[in-house]
Amino acid sequence: MSFLSVRDLVVHFKTVDGVVKATEGLSYELERGKTLGIVGESGSGKSVSSSAILGLHRGTNALVSGEILLDGVDLLKINDESIRRKRGREVAMIFQDPLSAMHPYYTVGNQIAEAYRVHNDVSKKQARARTIEMLERVGIPQPDRRIDDYPHQFSGGMRQRAMIAMALINDPGLVIADEPTTALDVTVQAQILDLLQDLQREFNSAIIIITHDLGVVAEMADDVLVMYAGRAVEYGPTKEILVHPEMPYTWGLLSSVPDVVGDTDAKLIPIRGNPPSLLTPPSGCPFHPRCDHRDKVPGDLCRTTLPDLTPARAGGDHTKRCHIANPDEVYATEVLPEIAPLFEEQA
Amino acid sequence: MSEMETGVPVPVAEHDEAASSAHAASRLDPNAKPVLTVENMRMYFPVKANGLIRRTVGHVQAVDGVSFQVPEGGSLGLVGESGCGKSTTGRLIARLLEPTGGSIEFQGRDIAHLSARELMPLRREIQMIFQDPATSLNPRHTVGAIVGAPLEIHKVVPKDKIIPRVQELLEVVGLNPEHYNRYPHEFSGGQRQRIGIARALTLQPRLLVADEPVSALDVSIQAQVINLLQDVQREFGIGFLFIAHDLAIVRHFCPEVAVMYLGKIVEVADRETLYNHPHHPYTQALLSAVPDVKQAAIGGRRERIRLEGDVPSPILPPSGCRFRTRCQYAQEICAKVEPPLLQIGPRHKVACHFAGELGQHPTTPVTMEVCGVDEHGSPVEGAAPEIQLNRPDFADRWLDLKTGQTTGA
Repeated sequence: MSFLSVRDLVVHFKTVDGVVKATEGLSYELERGKTLGIVGESGSGKSVSSSAILGLHRGTNALVSGEILLDGVDLLKINDESIRRKRGREVAMIFQDPLSAMHPYYTVGNQIAEAYRVHNDVSKKQARARTIEMLERVGIPQPDRRIDDYPHQFSGGMRQRAMIAMALINDPGLVIADEPTTALDVTVQAQILDLLQDLQREFNSAIIIITHDLGVVAEMADDVLVMYAGRAVEYGPTKEILVHPEMPYTWGLLSSVPDVVGDTDAKLIPIRGNPPSLLTPPSGCPFHPRCDHRDKVPGDLCRTTLPDLTPARAGGDHTKRCHIANPDEVYATEVLPEIAPLFEEQA
Repeated sequence: MSEMETGVPVPVAEHDEAASSAHAASRLDPNAKPVLTVENMRMYFPVKANGLIRRTVGHVQAVDGVSFQVPEGGSLGLVGESGCGKSTTGRLIARLLEPTGGSIEFQGRDIAHLSARELMPLRREIQMIFQDPATSLNPRHTVGAIVGAPLEIHKVVPKDKIIPRVQELLEVVGLNPEHYNRYPHEFSGGQRQRIGIARALTLQPRLLVADEPVSALDVSIQAQVINLLQDVQREFGIGFLFIAHDLAIVRHFCPEVAVMYLGKIVEVADRETLYNHPHHPYTQALLSAVPDVKQAAIGGRRERIRLEGDVPSPILPPSGCRFRTRCQYAQEICAKVEPPLLQIGPRHKVACHFAGELGQHPTTPVTMEVCGVDEHGSPVEGAAPEIQLNRPDFADRWLDLKTGQTTGA
């Protein structure tokens, strides 16, 4: 039994325009000490599915079903009080924009200490000492002085460090990092990613890192889950997926991002069209309206039938959702030569 | 404006054409005439004290003496972290701000201190694309009004010809021309950015300042917009100042790239040199920080150069070299003498006393002779320093770091 096991998670939002199908039948597993990267465009359901773990959709217009087993306990079945006790203690979240995630009226130290005092029966003094310790651990200089600063007095990178300190102060087993470095510069991003990896080794926590940046996933994650229109379209070990992707959407993600090494004349091949509406998702395979390879599937299959998550042809612990019979060959012969000559030489 | 009256250019962007062979980055043409020459441009924002007499207590040196050229129909990339002054540089060139000092020569004329009235005709020539298409388009105006406004203001075409012209422009950027009477909120992010591009193209500018044109867009949409910008550039021969923090995008778009740090250009070079043989420690650190999908996929991982701490305040920048507080090679001279932007190759300039390829930084300053100082940065008597801190173009002769001699092509 995995530490975290999500099964058939469905998150729907009832709105005046209809039901927004934000997440449909999502399943994944995660062990302690491991990192799962969830990749997708905005509106693909990656944040919504992860906030369901924290029970953040309770009391909203959301309909959540499925199973979220954390250490064997189904987080969807327990009552509000129980999930509240788990929030911040067993599952913590690091948000994208620390400036809006922190309260501007309270000092940074105050907010971090609160997270500690809610879950531990300690005095203010003890909480403060622990906060200073945590701030020091995440690399904030002069933590005994900075603890009394307000969020606006911190730089972007320091705010994100403070957010990480807040998330990790109770030593949670699972940390969900929702685009933790998107708002940061590359050099700061590198610092934060290094910090997350160090802390993960130290606390042996499981991390879910939500991002649209395949580079971040490549560096951080053991497993990758590629989401499109609320569904998992490809799932498996990071290296497998980056070297042998078998789903045209993943190909598109790889080919539409330029690189800092390799051929400068390499073309960017965009994914045509726009991400679909989750109110009226496309029939069949949700990616078919934007897919360049649907003519490789006989008949109208892509338009009419949703492909199952099936084991990838290249083997490995890797599943994909696609009707193409020989995606590995299509990728090797048609896609790879177009996007990355360098890839072939070294692989 | 005969071109504009006689007809419109053929539509170039067909964004549904996923893998069109047309898209290609502009190439570096060393002999191209510059459309823009910036020399020693400075922008100091005053910092006022609180209280009744808000006296000026200091200056944010947002841009402090930058010089560069943008070739006609070519593109120069400007990269750096937030707060390094790259956006301010863009705004100065579009003359949304008036520089504190220096010159901005556009098509042979210094536009740094022109009045609003004098700038009016110039607005047709220099246009800007903004980062966030959601906030740079007026939500209460239709797309037709937004894209047509420049035509009306500059009286380029008669009133009844505005809508047809707008429709042509929408087609150029790959939007449905029938949608001219829709509002910005009815479009997706990528489409809105296309509207921003259409607006910038309306007056057929010679120079486009693109300030983070794709960073607000989803990855799959970024490539569409980048390809569109490349098509537009080739079709109309527009010079681009391409500002972005994403090193990979800049590398893809610009044959020549300048790296900024704390208001100064620290390195400028053609893209092959800058990305493969960076000589400034900051450029090296910046490049090593970029996560790399393709390297990671094959199991490799570049060694990261850790940069400790944050960028210092531009109100009180460090003396000498501004990067020295975070630089692992910094020595005494770096605090005393500001390194000149020294030309070390045919198209390569770097501002570092210890310029060298990664792992091959020299132990003695390479700039001693140019600055007329000894290796500790103290002036040498009788030395004739020949610092040219702010030359916007490239010279025919440069300092060869391997031999220490001045050589030429």
